Amino acid sequence: MAQIYDFIYNLFPYLGAWLRGLLQSWGLPEDAILLIIGLIKAFLLANFGLIGFAILTYVERKIVARFQDRLGPNVAGPYGILQPVADGIKLLTKEDTMPAGADRWVYNLAPLIIATCALAPLVVIPFGPGAVGADLNIGVLYALAVGAGALVGVLMAGWGSNNKYALLGAFRAVAQLISYEIPAVFSVVVVVMVAGTMSTVGIVLAQDVPYLFVLPLAALVFLISGVAEVGRTPFDLLEAESEIVAGFHIEYSGMKFALVFLGEFIHALVVSALFAVLFLGGWRGPWLPPYLWTLIKMSVGIFLFFWLRATLPRIRIDQMLNLNWKFLTPLMILNLIGVALVDKGLRAAGATGGLWAAGMFAFNMAMLIGALGIPGYLGHRARMAAMASASGEEPEALEAVGAH
Amino acid sequence: MTLIQAVFVLFAILTLGAGLFTVLSRHLFHAVLYLILSLVGVAGLFVLLEAEFLAGVQVLIYIGAISILIIFAVMLTRGMARNPGPPLNNQSLAAAVIAGLFFVLLAPVIAGFPWPQATQGVPADAIEALGRSLVDPNQFALPFELASVMILAALIGAIFIAREKR
Amino acid sequence: MVPLTWYLLVATALFCIGVYGVLARRNAIAILMAIELMLNAVNLSLVAFWRYLHPTATTGQVFALFVLVVAAAEAAAGLALIISIYRNRETVDVENIDLLKG
Repeated sequence: MAQIYDFIYNLFPYLGAWLRGLLQSWGLPEDAILLIIGLIKAFLLANFGLIGFAILTYVERKIVARFQDRLGPNVAGPYGILQPVADGIKLLTKEDTMPAGADRWVYNLAPLIIATCALAPLVVIPFGPGAVGADLNIGVLYALAVGAGALVGVLMAGWGSNNKYALLGAFRAVAQLISYEIPAVFSVVVVVMVAGTMSTVGIVLAQDVPYLFVLPLAALVFLISGVAEVGRTPFDLLEAESEIVAGFHIEYSGMKFALVFLGEFIHALVVSALFAVLFLGGWRGPWLPPYLWTLIKMSVGIFLFFWLRATLPRIRIDQMLNLNWKFLTPLMILNLIGVALVDKGLRAAGATGGLWAAGMFAFNMAMLIGALGIPGYLGHRARMAAMASASGEEPEALEAVGAH
Repeated sequence: MTLIQAVFVLFAILTLGAGLFTVLSRHLFHAVLYLILSLVGVAGLFVLLEAEFLAGVQVLIYIGAISILIIFAVMLTRGMARNPGPPLNNQSLAAAVIAGLFFVLLAPVIAGFPWPQATQGVPADAIEALGRSLVDPNQFALPFELASVMILAALIGAIFIAREKR
Repeated sequence: MVPLTWYLLVATALFCIGVYGVLARRNAIAILMAIELMLNAVNLSLVAFWRYLHPTATTGQVFALFVLVVAAAEAAAGLALIISIYRNRETVDVENIDLLKG
C-alpha cells in the first residue's frame, strides 16, 4: 500500500528517471537526452494548456449559464460536451480575412506572440513533486516577465489592424495591464520575501501553512489584479463590446482569432495556477495525490473568475485606474513594509510555525479591515456632504441621520 | 562547436541583426519591434552567462516597460509615422564610417588581449548574494537608495514635462 | 564554454550599431532607441566580465542593474521631452528642432 502511494506520489520523477535510463541505454549523448526530455516536457505542457483551453470554454459557458438560469450548450454530444470541438471546427473553417492597409507581418505575428507568451509561464508551474517543466531559481520572476511579453502582442495587434477601435482597445489594454502589473508584482514580492526564494517549487515547499492564511491581503490583491490582468469582468473594458466593439482583436477572424482567444483563457489558467502555487500551497494536501490537489486548487481560481463574470457589471476606465493607483498600489507598498517588520519582529521574538502564521494573519487582517474601513468611512462622508449640498440642509444633520 | 557555442551564435546573430534593423528600419513602429527582438537576444546572452536574474529583469523592465513606453511615444507622435520622410540624415555616411572605424579599432584589441579563462563557477546562491549586497550598508545600500530617488525624480519630471499645459 | 572574447565582440558590435543610430537617425525617438542599444551593449560586457573574471563577487551584476535603472529613467524623461516638443513644434525630427525657445 505504501509502495503504491509512493509510486503515485512520485509518478513523474519515476517516469523521468525511466525515460532517461531508456535513452541512455540507446547510447545517446547527454546533450541529446536533455534536448529530448525538454521537448517532451514542452509538448506535454503545451497540450495541457490547449486541452485546458478547450475544457475551460465549455465549463465557462455551462457555469455562466447556470448562474443565469439557462442550460448552456446542450446540443453537440451528451450535455453539449462536444461544443469545444464544434467551435474549433467552425473557427478553423472560417475565412481568414485581412483588413485593407494592415501591416502584414505585424498583423499576422501578433496572435502568435499573444498565445506563446500566455503558454510560456506554464513552464514553472509545479504540478506535483518533481513534475515541473523547469525549476528555475527565478521562477516567479520568469512567469511575470514572459507574461509581460503579451503586452507587445496586444500593441502589435492594435497597430497592425489599421483600425481605430483596435488601436483604442490596445491602448486601454496596455494601460490596464501595466497598471495592474504593479500590485501583482508587489504581492508576489511579499510572498517571495516571506518564503525566501523565487523558485516556484521552493515557495510550495516553504508553505507549511498555505500563504492564504499567512498573507490574506497579498492573496486578495493578487487575485484582484489577476482578474484585471486577464481582462475578465469586471475589468473587461479592454474589449468592452458595447464601447469599442471588441478591442484590439476586432479585425481577427478564424484561426488567428482562436489564438487570441486561447491566449486569454490560458492567461486565466496561468493566473489561477500561480495563485494556487503562491497562496494555496501548490500540490501539498492530505490524502489525495498531489496532481489532483494542483488541479483542484487551480479550478478554485478559475471558478472565482467565472463567478465574478456572472455577478459583476463592468467598471468605468477611470474607476479602474483609480482603484489601482489610489488604493491597491499604496496599500501593497505599506503591506510590504509592514510584513517585513512584523516578520522580522515575530522571528526575533522566537515565534515559529503556527504562532508565526497566526501573528502574520492577525496583522494582515487588521490591515485589510483598516484598508477597507477608512476609504469606506471617507466615501460615506463624501456622499453625505454631496447629499447635504444637494438638498441644501446642514451636513451635520444628515451625518447624524446617516449614522443611525 | 559545442551546443552552448551554437546557441551563443544564434543569440548573437539575433541581437546584432535585430539591432541593425532597429537603426535602419524606415518605419518607426517596426524599429521598436526590432529593438524588442534585440533586447530578447541580450536576455538570452544573459542566460548563457548564468545571470538569470538579470535576464528576467531585462525582459520585465526593457520589454514590459521601456519598449511599451517607446511604442506609446511613437503612437503619440504619429504625425511623424504617417509621412516618415528619409529616416537618415545627410551625415549618415560619415556616421557609418565612424561607427565602423570604432569597431575596427576596438575589435583587434579585444581579440588580441589575453583574457583569463573563467576558473570559477557561479556560486549556487548568486541571486541571494546579489539581493543581500543591495541592502548591505557596507556594499550597495546607499547607491541603491540613490538610484531609487533618481528614478522617482525622473518620473516626477517626466509627468511634469509631458503634462498638458492649461 | 564560449570564450570571453566572443561576448566582448558582440557587445562592441552592438555598441557601434548604437553609435551609428545616434549619429545617423533623424527621428528623436529612433535616437533614444539607439541609446538603449548602446546601454545594452555596456550591460552585456559588464555581465560578461562579471562571469569570467569575478563570478563570486556581485559587483558586475549590481552595476548592470544600475545601468538598467538609468535606462528606465532616461527613457521616461527623454520620451516626455520628445512628446512635449512634438506638442509645441509638431515634429520630432532633430534637424527641425532648431529654436532655443520652443
